[in-house]
Amino acid sequence: MSTATADHHGPARGLMRWVTTTNHKDIGSLYLLFALIMFLIGGAMAMVIRAELFQPGLQLVDPQFFNSMTTVHALLMIFGAVMPAFTGLANWLIPMQIGAPDMALPRLNNFSFWLLPFAFTMLLSTFFMNGGGPASGWTLYPPLSLQMDAGFPFMIFAIHLAGISSIMGSINVIVTILNMRAPGMTLMKMPLFVWTWLITAYLLIATMPVLAGAVTMLLTDKFAGTSFFSAAGGGDPVMYQHIFWFFGHPEVYILILPAFGIVSAILPTFARKPLFGYSSMVYATASIAFLSFIVWAHHMFTVGMPVVGELFFMYATMMIAVPTGVKVFNWISTMWRGSMTFETPMLFAVGFIIMFTIGGFSGLMLSIAPADFQYHDTYFVVAHFHYVLVTGAIYSIMAAVYYWLPKWTGHMYDERLGKLHFWISTISVNVLFFPQHFLGLAGMPRRIPDYSVQFADWNMISSLGGFVFGLSQLMFVWIIFKAIRGGRKATDQVWEGAQGLEWTLSSPPPYHSFNQPPTVR
Amino acid sequence: MTHSADAYYVPHSSYLPIIASIALTVSVVGAACWFNGTASGPMTFYIGLAMVLAMLFGWFNTVVKENLCGLYNAQVDRSFRQGMMWFIFSEVMFFAAFFGALFYARVLSVPWLLGDATGLATHLFLWQDYNEYWPTNGPANAGGDFQTIGAWGIPALNTTLLLASGITLTLSHHALKAADNARTVWWLIATVALGSVFLGFQAYEYIHAYQDLNLTLASGVYGSTFFMLTGFHGFHVALGTAMLIVITIRAARRHFTPDNHFAFEGVAWYWHFVDVVWLGLFIFVYVL
Repeated sequence: MSTATADHHGPARGLMRWVTTTNHKDIGSLYLLFALIMFLIGGAMAMVIRAELFQPGLQLVDPQFFNSMTTVHALLMIFGAVMPAFTGLANWLIPMQIGAPDMALPRLNNFSFWLLPFAFTMLLSTFFMNGGGPASGWTLYPPLSLQMDAGFPFMIFAIHLAGISSIMGSINVIVTILNMRAPGMTLMKMPLFVWTWLITAYLLIATMPVLAGAVTMLLTDKFAGTSFFSAAGGGDPVMYQHIFWFFGHPEVYILILPAFGIVSAILPTFARKPLFGYSSMVYATASIAFLSFIVWAHHMFTVGMPVVGELFFMYATMMIAVPTGVKVFNWISTMWRGSMTFETPMLFAVGFIIMFTIGGFSGLMLSIAPADFQYHDTYFVVAHFHYVLVTGAIYSIMAAVYYWLPKWTGHMYDERLGKLHFWISTISVNVLFFPQHFLGLAGMPRRIPDYSVQFADWNMISSLGGFVFGLSQLMFVWIIFKAIRGGRKATDQVWEGAQGLEWTLSSPPPYHSFNQPPTVR
Repeated sequence: MTHSADAYYVPHSSYLPIIASIALTVSVVGAACWFNGTASGPMTFYIGLAMVLAMLFGWFNTVVKENLCGLYNAQVDRSFRQGMMWFIFSEVMFFAAFFGALFYARVLSVPWLLGDATGLATHLFLWQDYNEYWPTNGPANAGGDFQTIGAWGIPALNTTLLLASGITLTLSHHALKAADNARTVWWLIATVALGSVFLGFQAYEYIHAYQDLNLTLASGVYGSTFFMLTGFHGFHVALGTAMLIVITIRAARRHFTPDNHFAFEGVAWYWHFVDVVWLGLFIFVYVL
């Protein structure tokens, strides 16, 4: 202990290195690996869903299990895949991008990560308990969610553990950004990925405790006789929805703001032009974060609210289109008359802009309260949020992995396979999700294992797209594996147009990045 | 190689976090089994809790030692300060969920249950005789008739106690800054005493509520919000008191100097936060 040094200690050897590490790169890799595993398990559940919906009628699984597939698919993808992947990227990149030696609180960082495998093992273990896994939808609305059997408290505590992990991880990110920047790295010089994560971390600290409160009330309603969500005792089931969505809507932006940061890093590199409208990007991100706190009830237009409430939440929601439009405009302007090349990260980034915007527009349609009465709880909603989350959040994560993988591993990934992965994914993901708009508008409800025969054709097409999309992600795993094991040596700069402190380090970077803080001019 | 004074201290690999993760998992698995009525539940929960406490002791012990070795420079100190502030902010939001439930029930859902504002009077189909506004245990009279605890007895006394503890803690802080160790410790002991008396009164009030007033967790939405808010607050006071005891011992061992005492200030912030939450509770749960 007494000879502890901030520099010159390399990684420990063996497996325990990964269990006891305090290094931001190790922990970033652990997060990313964990996210990938959850992505594959959650993806397998999506395959079960699409297989069941391949034809009308009950085919493969019983309805209860089908419902638990949709529920746990969502929980895994949101809390197990996308959020940890972004946290992993934050761990890897933020210290390198702001010129810090590591994250501000390294032991806490390890704690944040290692809670996750325990949390999700607990969540998945509920499948083997009496009554099976959670089947109420990931929103866990009472009274339905309270009907869950032996797995219920395990699911609630799994959410608590994942929440503690998120809160600690976010505290670490915020403190790192506010306290660990190299001299000269003023706030308005920070890369946008750092900015978007700063705001994301704020949203997480503000909302994860609210989710913890909501699920704690579920727990006491089930086991301690409280009546928060029971009208017989003077409570209100709708109250749960308000509290949940007060968390849930900012959560949506938690899942997309870091994606904005990633795309804002990749586009200038491959357009070989600086980002258009940097400061407006920062203000737009902050505006979206602010608005995210006052729009939650647009998830519950049909629940029975005073008309004034419906109108307020409708107009507030529509306002989000303004800062989001600023962002899309800036991205397009960045590309305008740039010397563009289309390596895999750029393909995913451009794909993100186009398809995320489709999801944004369907979101605008859903924000219209009177129209939402038709769309609510249909496949149109499913199509909407998969456009923003799969071709939005997940695409940005893939873009980020392709973009920074040469920096992390020191090897170029296989460009030919990467492009193939992009094109197969992009074609199949549209075959998968675009028809779901039609299904929803025609009235097919979500979260059902069986459906009217009129929906048969589009469901079959959607399922076929789903199977191809699911399988093509194995390519992604293979490409990453190949790049880790070897491949053409990457230069320090990696991409000729890349700007930022992380590109001044070697590829792969040293175990401790900036022992002497660089000076930023 | 010795640690240079300028460099940011990045600790070596550590077993503490994985022990922490396992300890928390064991305790919540135990709690979940307990809820399910599994016989081994309570025992597992207590084992987990003991592990959590041992882990916390080990973790803070390490941090204190590192601090006394002079490994932490001013920048590390700032990280701790900012980390503590954001942690307290997350706690504020945790309480916000329960205050939100209270406000929603009182301002919106209970009046709606009484047929207010909607014009639909859906309550009439199920519960046409329901007419009590607040306090209420709902149209089904959940938990049976109950009485509430008046604001101007023990709760008012408790308010005074907590406010006084805020003052004694500030006096201790001033003594610490003036390098008067004896007064620092004595004012800290006074603060711990005030916090403990508060907890004692709170425990007495709970027993009184359960035994004499039939006010329980099951007393409809009133009992739910009452016990959830005051219970979580009481838990935080207990936690804060434990933290105060730790810094009292550390102050007695002269760990703190007038310009280096983050632990003291962190605990003080936490204590003031608990104090402010109580003021909200006193107004919205007891008085109004």
